[in-house]
Amino acid sequence: MNLSWLEKLDRRWLFLIVALLVLGPLLRPLGLPLTTSAPVKQFHDTVAGVPDGSIILLSCDYDPGAKPELVPMTKTALRQLWDKQCKLVITCLWNGGPGLIDATIEEVANEYRAKGVPLEYGKDYVFLGYKAGNEAVMVLMGQGIANAFPRDHRGNVTRSLPLMTKVRDYSTFPLLVNISAGYPGTKEWVQQVNTRFQLPMVSGCTAVSAPEYYAYLQAGQLSGLLGGMAGAAEYEKIREEKGSATKGMDAQSLAHIFIALCIIMGNVVMWTKGGNR
Amino acid sequence: MKRELPLFLTAVIGLFMILSFFVPHQWVSVPADFLQQCAVIVVAFGYVLGGANVLRVNLDGISRRQTDWPYKIVLVVAVLGTMFFGFKEGSGWQDPSTVSMWIYNRLYSPMQATMFSLLAFFIASAAFRAFRIRTFEAGLLAIAALIVMLGRVPVGDQMTGFLPEWMRLSSLQEWIMGNPQNSAKRAILIGAAMGVMATGLRVILGIERSYLGGGD
Repeated sequence: MNLSWLEKLDRRWLFLIVALLVLGPLLRPLGLPLTTSAPVKQFHDTVAGVPDGSIILLSCDYDPGAKPELVPMTKTALRQLWDKQCKLVITCLWNGGPGLIDATIEEVANEYRAKGVPLEYGKDYVFLGYKAGNEAVMVLMGQGIANAFPRDHRGNVTRSLPLMTKVRDYSTFPLLVNISAGYPGTKEWVQQVNTRFQLPMVSGCTAVSAPEYYAYLQAGQLSGLLGGMAGAAEYEKIREEKGSATKGMDAQSLAHIFIALCIIMGNVVMWTKGGNR
Repeated sequence: MKRELPLFLTAVIGLFMILSFFVPHQWVSVPADFLQQCAVIVVAFGYVLGGANVLRVNLDGISRRQTDWPYKIVLVVAVLGTMFFGFKEGSGWQDPSTVSMWIYNRLYSPMQATMFSLLAFFIASAAFRAFRIRTFEAGLLAIAALIVMLGRVPVGDQMTGFLPEWMRLSSLQEWIMGNPQNSAKRAILIGAAMGVMATGLRVILGIERSYLGGGD
């Protein structure tokens, strides 16, 4: 069979096929069944194991580039924590993130308010916003959270907020939930905080950075791991939610099949032309 | 003295910060805390310096009519416009009705998401044109890539649902991620960590001086 036409195929055809494969299932979901992997179950079980009403540190280290992967898992984590009446201290170490993270927190908080749960800013949750300094901020928080963040994202004096009167340093928290898109993120939290201050942590991260964190998961430094949109979708499944990650998995499935076919077809074309040159 | 003083300060502060990791006494922890705060302030100044540098480089490029100079005008206008509204709106800039938030939600956020999303298209093109199996190792890499790619999504289990649990793509990808991938990644991590320690020691001992500038 003559496949030489494939070799000269305009790459815009590939772009068009990818666009259709992604768009189609988003408009008309296929409803492919999801299974749950061990790292996701560990993430869920670790959060579930935290005593009700605890004060939890949630660090959302990402910006809009990682929105499709990380916002769904942030929302599900917020829901799981607020279902347990946990109080949240939320931080961000990415300068492009605060606007998106604030909107995400408020969206989930408003869901609870609509259900009659009176979540109150400053009492039930605090968003401390962005602080430049990467690892230095993490270590500085170990000397005192309000020390590192004298004012919150809204400009309030941190120490004046009712929730923050109960927060001293990392010893206040039984768990750190980190949602991370790269540097600074999970790796730095493990190195600077988990190891140094003995703070148990779980991580949700982009699919591209998940392989790096498996070493920390196996070593027990991470108590659970959500990898990319697949991890977020599995987490939604465990929580019996139908969020945007679950919807996105159909599109991702078709895109992955197409990329696998591209690898195979590219090599078939090479072999039919005379192989290994 | 111009070089000796920075070398001396680097050595003393470097050793002191290592000491602070092991000694929690206030004689060590309080100065270490102060130095951490200094680091945060220096990083914040870096943003100011970075912003000034963006303007300097791009205004220079516009005045010299360098390649793609009209794009530099867009960048300079965007930087100055964002800064203008940021300063004008002051501490209330994050209110939903401000121009700053409009810029963030309607321009910055979609553009960032677009840049990341474009990867899907280029990966498809690269997979077709560049992922050639010319050696045995490349073959192993391709097989692992196909298993992980398909095993990470629900369709993988749909395709292999008739097989025993351990032979399904999701189980195989978990094994690949947890064993061969993890072993290689751990080796890289340990190697990189040792490299960082070695470089840190070279800086503290004054052997590595490139950070001082000047070329030696």
